[in-house]
Amino acid sequence: MASVEMNGKTFEIDEDGFLLDYKSFSEEWVEYVRQQEGIEELNDEHKQVVKILQDYYEKNGIAPMVRVLSKLTKFKLKHIYELFPSGPGKGACKMAGLPKPTGCV
Amino acid sequence: MADQIKPDELLDKIDHTPERGDWMHTAVQIRPGMYCYSANPASLETMDMPNVRKWDPLDEDWKLPENWQEIIHNGIKERLERFRTFKVFMDICVRCGACADKCHYFLGTGDPKNMPVLRAELLRSVYRNDFTTVGKILSSIPGGKKLYGSRPLTLDVLKEWWYYFFQCTECRRCSVFCPYGIDTAEITIMGRELLNLLGLNIDWIATPVANCNNTGNHLGIQPHALMGMMEFFTEDIEEVTGVNCAPQFNKKGADILFITPSGDYFADPGTYTCQGYLILFKYLKEKYGLDVTWSTYASEGGNFGSFTSFEASKRLNAKMYLEAKRLGVKWILGGECGHMWRVVHQYMDTMNGPADFLEEPVNPITGTKFENAKSTKMVHIIEFTADLIKHGKLELDKSRNDNVKLTFHDSCNPSRSMGMLEEPRYIINNVCNNFYEMPPNTIREQTFCCGSGAGLNAGENIELRMAGALPRATAVKYVHEKFGVNRLGAICAIDRAALPTAMEYWVPEVGVTGLHELIGNALILPGEKKRTEDLRFEPLPGVEEEDDE
Repeated sequence: MASVEMNGKTFEIDEDGFLLDYKSFSEEWVEYVRQQEGIEELNDEHKQVVKILQDYYEKNGIAPMVRVLSKLTKFKLKHIYELFPSGPGKGACKMAGLPKPTGCV
Repeated sequence: MADQIKPDELLDKIDHTPERGDWMHTAVQIRPGMYCYSANPASLETMDMPNVRKWDPLDEDWKLPENWQEIIHNGIKERLERFRTFKVFMDICVRCGACADKCHYFLGTGDPKNMPVLRAELLRSVYRNDFTTVGKILSSIPGGKKLYGSRPLTLDVLKEWWYYFFQCTECRRCSVFCPYGIDTAEITIMGRELLNLLGLNIDWIATPVANCNNTGNHLGIQPHALMGMMEFFTEDIEEVTGVNCAPQFNKKGADILFITPSGDYFADPGTYTCQGYLILFKYLKEKYGLDVTWSTYASEGGNFGSFTSFEASKRLNAKMYLEAKRLGVKWILGGECGHMWRVVHQYMDTMNGPADFLEEPVNPITGTKFENAKSTKMVHIIEFTADLIKHGKLELDKSRNDNVKLTFHDSCNPSRSMGMLEEPRYIINNVCNNFYEMPPNTIREQTFCCGSGAGLNAGENIELRMAGALPRATAVKYVHEKFGVNRLGAICAIDRAALPTAMEYWVPEVGVTGLHELIGNALILPGEKKRTEDLRFEPLPGVEEEDDE
């Protein structure tokens, strides 16, 4: 099992770098993904996306579909890509500590 | 997709002149981009699969049980006795090569072991060695093995099986050209069953299977989440049409139970197809009083169990009949899906039937008897809707789809396993003014796979997927350049999930759509407002576009 370190904290991750245990989410994890994603500075919009993803995940056990994320944040998909270059799944969900979305069929 | 191989580089890599020499002794090179991650142990455990452990395909040691050869040998033996087709397909191939260049993976990679005949030989060579009298005699004579094409089961052979049986989408295009009618999909199905005896599944299959077992669908959508998604669709539909098309759930005594792949609830552009279903059912309720219910329990049409083993397939499929019985419906209607129909149409009746508590399906609005579904009691929504249109039961304004220049991708299973060739085209011609066919050798029963079927729609094997999608994409590109085609229609949820990526890669000007999305746009709902937008909130033809950027 691979693990990464950020500011003294260690995180277990899967093959694609998603957090294995949602409960180990912390500010250090956010910082780690920020660097991975090449985001210069986190703004309120990034934080809003992360918060909405976590609220939805805690209620439903899965990530929201992209259209729901767009509606809840009032951001178009294009803007979500501007915030998270790897997109809503590999960028935003990863930062929020959600497991990798599997089985998109 | 920045770190991925570029289309031009991928094209340059294709080489159809394999190295000379004996294919049997070329050990497999497992290459990133071409394989999927190994199954999550927890998912295997859920399904009571053997040899649960964490392993990595790139490692030398696959952590197999000590007697793995014996397990495989017995596994083959058992299946030869159980499945007559398997025995016949092992024996009758004359290696004529008619199938060799029919596979999308062979065309897209040039890897000779992706020729269907050679992929099958990977298993057949071991069969000859261990299970035929000639093979047993010849194996003791020098040069005899080579003469007969047989070889013993070694670790290298097993790894080769794993690599190449997960580079086959069970699409059966090769079978169309086989003079003996060998169903290569069944050989892959057997190959994967054998691999599963050693815990060698991929995660893109194993985890959806576990999810489906635990929550009713591949994506692990729980009932309250599913209802939330439907509320979202209902709101969006109301915004476009002014009509509330909210569905019913788990309604006892409804006429029909509707089951669709969970991809339609979750992944774009399948979600628009899902909205099309809701609009159609609302219309039928208002006009004809037809009572359709959805289920939060039988909430998956697809069956990734069928990419694992017969038992897994059976276990996941069981809930369709169980829920139909519990709700007391007359028969079952199924959504736009591909592999789901291989299971429903060809296995369900004997696997989990007979469903003698259901009625032989008759369309109550038209009186049409669906003879082909007499024993399974489950009808594909494409034939159901085509029948409604044929009898003049739907009021359609096809000009609302005038922005769409459509071509149609026949999905492998509905076309080759069900013969569903005319029904989708009949619908298209009634909801769309601009329809252009791709070349004849790429459609209908000769259709090319999307390149991501049979559980290979993962992210980590993207090079394989794009290589496999090349033949399909090339045909789309042809009609795009010739006729200005901008939309690719398909009646399969894997298509709707996989083809957008393939189009973005090879023909970025073309989007993907399900047919019920087009129906949702064209169908004139009783009491609807003047529509100005389609289901994607894009302006209808003739409506001024307001720039809100």
